Order: sequence, then C-alpha cells, then structure tokens
Amino acid sequence: MAVAFDEMNGQGGTEIRQAYQELSRWLTETPPDALEYRRQEAELLFRRIGITFAVYGDAEAQERLIPFDVIPRILSAREWALLEKGLKQRVLALNLFLRDIYHGRDILRANIIPEDLIFQNPVFRPEMNGQDVPHDIYVHIAGIDIIRTDPENFIVLEDNARTPSGVSYMLENREIMMRLFPDLFARHRVAPVERYPDELLAALRSVAPRGAAAEPTVALMTPGIYNSAYYEHSFLADKLGIELVEGRDLIVKNDEVFMRTTEGLKRVDVIYRRVDDDFLDPLTFRPDSALGVPGLMSAYAAGNITLANAVGTGIADDKAIYSYMPDIVKFYLSEEPILKNVQTWRCRDPQDLAYVLDHLDDLVVKEVHGSGGYGMLIGPAATKATIEAFRDKLKREPEGFIAQPTLALSTCPTCTAKGLAPRHVDLRPFVLTGSERVTIVPGGLTRVALKEGSLVVNSSQGGGTKDTWILAD
Amino acid sequence: MLSRTAENLYWLARYVERAEYLARTIDATLRVTALPAAYIGKTNEWDSALMTAGVGQSFYDHYQEANEASVVEYLSFASDNPSSIKNCIEAARLNARSVRTALTSEMWDTINAAWIELQAVWSKGTASREDLAKFLRFVQETSLRFDGSAYRTMLRNDAYWFSRLGVHLERADNTARILDVKYHVLLPEEEHVGGPLDYYQWTSILRSVSALTAYHWVYRETLKPWLIADLLILNDTLPRSLASCYGNLVRNLDQIGVAYGRQGAAQRHARGIRNRLEHSNMDDIFQHGVHEFIQEFIADNSRLGEIVTKQYLI
Repeated sequence: MAVAFDEMNGQGGTEIRQAYQELSRWLTETPPDALEYRRQEAELLFRRIGITFAVYGDAEAQERLIPFDVIPRILSAREWALLEKGLKQRVLALNLFLRDIYHGRDILRANIIPEDLIFQNPVFRPEMNGQDVPHDIYVHIAGIDIIRTDPENFIVLEDNARTPSGVSYMLENREIMMRLFPDLFARHRVAPVERYPDELLAALRSVAPRGAAAEPTVALMTPGIYNSAYYEHSFLADKLGIELVEGRDLIVKNDEVFMRTTEGLKRVDVIYRRVDDDFLDPLTFRPDSALGVPGLMSAYAAGNITLANAVGTGIADDKAIYSYMPDIVKFYLSEEPILKNVQTWRCRDPQDLAYVLDHLDDLVVKEVHGSGGYGMLIGPAATKATIEAFRDKLKREPEGFIAQPTLALSTCPTCTAKGLAPRHVDLRPFVLTGSERVTIVPGGLTRVALKEGSLVVNSSQGGGTKDTWILAD
Repeated sequence: MLSRTAENLYWLARYVERAEYLARTIDATLRVTALPAAYIGKTNEWDSALMTAGVGQSFYDHYQEANEASVVEYLSFASDNPSSIKNCIEAARLNARSVRTALTSEMWDTINAAWIELQAVWSKGTASREDLAKFLRFVQETSLRFDGSAYRTMLRNDAYWFSRLGVHLERADNTARILDVKYHVLLPEEEHVGGPLDYYQWTSILRSVSALTAYHWVYRETLKPWLIADLLILNDTLPRSLASCYGNLVRNLDQIGVAYGRQGAAQRHARGIRNRLEHSNMDDIFQHGVHEFIQEFIADNSRLGEIVTKQYLI
C-alpha cells in the first residue's frame, strides 16, 4: 500500500497545502502540552453535556464518549464546491432511483441492474410497490461517506439513505472547538454549520402531506434511550423544537397519526423517524416490535403522514446496489457522475468471485447488508486464519459479499500519545432534500481512525471525530 | 406536551425529592443513635428509619437485623431496594435522559453530574462515618441544586408545573410518613411526655424535615409535641408541612387547568384535601386520632397521584 495522501502535508509530506497554511503556523506556535490540556477540556465538556453513544453488547461501556480530536480537518472553498455539486447529483439520482424501483422500474427493463438484486433483497419493501410518497422524495436526509486518496478526487465509500447519524457531532464539535480555540477561528474564515437544524426543519415541513395544516406538525421518532444514537435524537429534537416521540407516544386512528399529549391527542404530519423499517409498525413488519406504532403503515399508505426517510430506502444504500451507482446516475440524469465510486467486485458474479478469492490478502471484503464496520475483512491486516474463514463464507454465500481494493485513505494530523501524527480520515456530509431544493450545510462529520495504520473509522470500533472546516474564499 | 414527557418530569422530581428525604432521615437517625442509651430508650431507631422510608417489609427479605450498617447500606446503596438513594438518582437520570429536551441545561447538568459522581466516588458505598456524612451532604446538595435550577431556569409552563407536582406530592408523602411512624411520641396523653427521651425524638423528627430552626422561629417556645404536629401538618409557612404542600399542589394544578382550559378530577381532589387541612385544628385532629388522620392523608395523597396520572400522564 502506497503512503497515503496527507491533507495537510500533501503526497509525501513535501508541502503544506494551501488550506492548512494557517493551521500549520498555529501548530508550530502552540506547545504540545497546551493541545493536550485542550483535549482534556474537550473531553470533560463532552461528558458533562452527555454526548455519548452506546455500544451494543458491551455492558461495561453502556455510555461511551466518541474520542474527539482537536486538530480540525480543513477543506478549501474550491474543494467544497466540487463536493457539493457531486453530492447533490448523487442524492438526486438516489431519489429518482427509489421512485422508479417502487413504480415503473425503467432501470430494470433497461437491464442496467439485475432484477434479482432488487426482488431477492431483504431490504426491498414490497409494501411500497406502487405507493406514492409525498413530493416523490424518499431520501430526505442522506449521509454520504466520502474518502480521498489524492488531492483531485472525492470518492463515495457508502451511501447512507436509511437513518444516517452523526450530525450532532458535526454541530457539537464545532461548538466545542469555538469554545476552546477562539483565536484559531479568528485566523480562519470558517463557514458556519449552525443553520443545519433550521434547514432540516424547513426540509421536513416542506414535505408534509398535501392535505396537512399550513403549519405542519413534525415529530422525531426514536427507538428510546437505549438506542446508540439516542443522544443525537434528543439533541436534534431540541434544536428543531419538535417533540421527541417513541412508538408508545403515537397512536393511529382512522389512518391518521396522533401523539398522546397532556391535552389529549394531537395530529402529526411528518415523522422524522430514526427507527428502522423493520420496527415501524408491528402490523406490517416485525410483529414482536415494541418500538413501533400499530397502523402506521396504513396511515402512510393513505397519504396522511410523511415518513422521513421513506420506507424502503435501504434498497438504495445496499452495498450490492452501490456498485451500480455510476450507472444509476447516468441513467436518470444523463450526466457523468461527479463523485467516483470505489472499484467494487460483486462476489455474486463468478468471475469477480474468482478474482476476489485469489486476492483476499489485498482486498477489503464487506457484507452486503453490514454496517458499522462489523463483519468486514481487511485483507492486508488480517491473520491467515481470518482470511481462510472468510474464504469459506464467501464460497458458501457469495451473493452476501462485495470486495474492494484496500485504499490508502487520506490522512490528517491528529493528536496521539506521541504527539501529532497522520491518521486516516473519511467525511460524512449531510444532504437534505425538501420539496423545493437540496441543501448541504458546508461541513460534515470527519471520522478518524485513531489507531496507527488503522483504516476503520467507525466509532463502534475505536474511531474518533474531528471538526470539519470549509474555508470561505 | 407529550404525556410521557410530563410523566418523566413528574417522576424525575419525585425521585430527587425522595433521595433528599432519605438522606435527611439517615442523618437524623445517626444523630439520635449517637446519644447515650438513656436518651433514646429501647426503640430501634434504625427500624423506624426503615418504616419512614416505607421499606420496613422488604428490608427483612435481605437482612436479619436493622442496625446502622445494614440500614445505611439498604437505604443508600442497595441495588435491590427500588427506592435506595442510589436507585433514586439512577431513576432520576433515566427520566432526565428521556426528557432532555424538556429540561434546562442546568437541571440536566445537576442530575448528570450527580449520576457521574455516584459512580465515580460512591460506587463502593461509604467506608467511614465521615464518608457517610459527605455522601449525605452530596445527596442533599444535589436536590437543592436541582430544585434551585428548576426554579431559576425553567419556563413557567406545564413542564414546570408537572415537575412541581412531583416535588410536592412526594414531599407531602414523606412528611406524612414520618408523622405516621412517630405519631406516638407526639401524643399529649403519652405518660412520659416531656422526658429526655421524647425531646430527642422530637428534634429528630424536625431535623428530618429540616424544620428544627423553623420551629423556634414560628413558636418561640421550647419543643412541645402538639406544636410540632401543628407545624408539620397545618402550618403553611413551613415548606414541608402538609398544608404548604397542598397549597402548592392546588396552585400548580390550577395553573395547568387554566393553561389547558379545563379542570378535572385532579383539581377537585387536591382542593378537597387542601380544604380539609385549612379547616382543621390540632385539637380536632388529636381528638379524632392523629394516627387515623395521617393514615387517611397518606391514602388521599397517593390517590391524587393516581388521578393526576390518569388525567394527564397516560
């Protein structure tokens, strides 16, 4: 694996890149123990505010902090403009694709995507066949994971079209950075991210069912306090000024959705739901779900409620579908994709499978339906035994996997026990789609793999976060 | 607001209030039991501490004997006592987490910081009397800070009123329970009235509702059992008296009623209890029987909790 492109020091550490000039100067002026002191202060703030996440199956660490790195990740205005254009294009295509899959299916008839990849896919929702959703929008909130391997290109690693999380970190990281490093901000012109909650609320209101009141009522639906992203749910509800509801707070009557309040039942028009499809409605999906609302899907079918994101969007961020995204963009928009895809071998294809089995040492193998960095093989870092175990799995169930080259993700200077050192990063910007427009707040969540050499940035696997700065010109 | 939010606010306030009351009870009991035996008589003060906490039964499922070590452990730290101080703080934080959006950051910070301290400092209980005193102070200060931040930072809307309902219902219950357990030392016809035994019992009662100094200011008298009963039951200038709690409960319920544009069973029931307290005097109460009066009050008070729940919280 080649030496990674460093976002501050460039390829091979020969130059300080333009966007990092001022930060670099500041770093040479700032003693290392001052940074360490700030880091501790940041941690204390996070804990006091209660920004925690839960790791499933780890009783000891029921509430853990995601480590926060105080060195910001910086993008220039020019880089952001390119990224923004590419993200809008991608999300537009995702929405058109979903509308098509659940209606006319032109893309299948054009033989661009094999039918069985849709119909045999557990995240395809037959309940959504032929059902119109308000304003034809399926993915209202998308989190697109972006990586870089060189200064020229942004590459999409993953589309998150279901219930992407992490935006609270984008907002809180900025809040804490501004508190800790006012002087550093004064030396930069950083685009603000604080209007995200307003943009989100506007987008959610704009997609209310056509019959809804002029001032539609929006609620955020959470699985509850034991969910790993509960902090984010309550944080967002608070910032948006909307009720944070659980399934038991909602009731469906005559195909209309209501919240139980101290003054009786109150009609709800839009639900920003952070509950997976499977748990939304025990009458339609999992009957054992206690998180859902009986009859919700029936109200949805009647067009009386908007669910954001729509039901069935999983089919668009499935890792097997991912490999077709460049074709999907071309098919619906007749444009060349601005953001690249990572080269992907589909193990369901015998030729690809043969190649993958021959190159397990070099590849990253992922479960088609996996997330959170679980169930993944990183060939170069794996032991012989793990590789052999994966070989068996691949042979048994090839359609469950895809493989990608091990990419040298770009690095960014990060505080470590031994001082500043490069660590691999990715970026998750959040793309909002309302009835009128697509908006992206300039920024996103930068995740950083804190272990030396590690490529896994997921918080559940020891990743941390950084504040992401988009510089104004 | 969501019924569940109101419910969480209500219980959050109750748990914090209960934790403080337990701390005060332990504190008062420690003081009495530190006296020479001649001053406290044969009653087991730790046993009555359990009774005032309403866990007199369940305690003996886990322990043989009620003494300082076992009762302090059970009331403060025991996981299997649903209303131990530790469980109260944990339940309070659980409720707080569920309604973070309805709390001000100061209130959340108080509960969250208390919960963090509980785990960081007190996870192994207390090792000495000094430690215990620190712990009890920590619990009382948490409650004061929580109450203070609610008072100073919350919007005066239904969220605030439901939280106050929790405080006053819990407080009324606690004061009534002390009276229920100790009523016999307040009876004027008890034969050893005024003996040194009773004197320390009386101070202990007053201390556990933080009313010892208040007593002297209100009555300018040495401790008299019927005046103590008067203070705790009928005197609405004392924040922990039953009359004061009901003055507040009626006011908070009326505010909710006005905001929502309708009254209900909860308002009527609370007003009924308040009127009875207003029209009573200690002579009548003693004649009727203090014990019966208190028992009735406890039942009425918990009935109000049920009515509020039915009317607003589910």
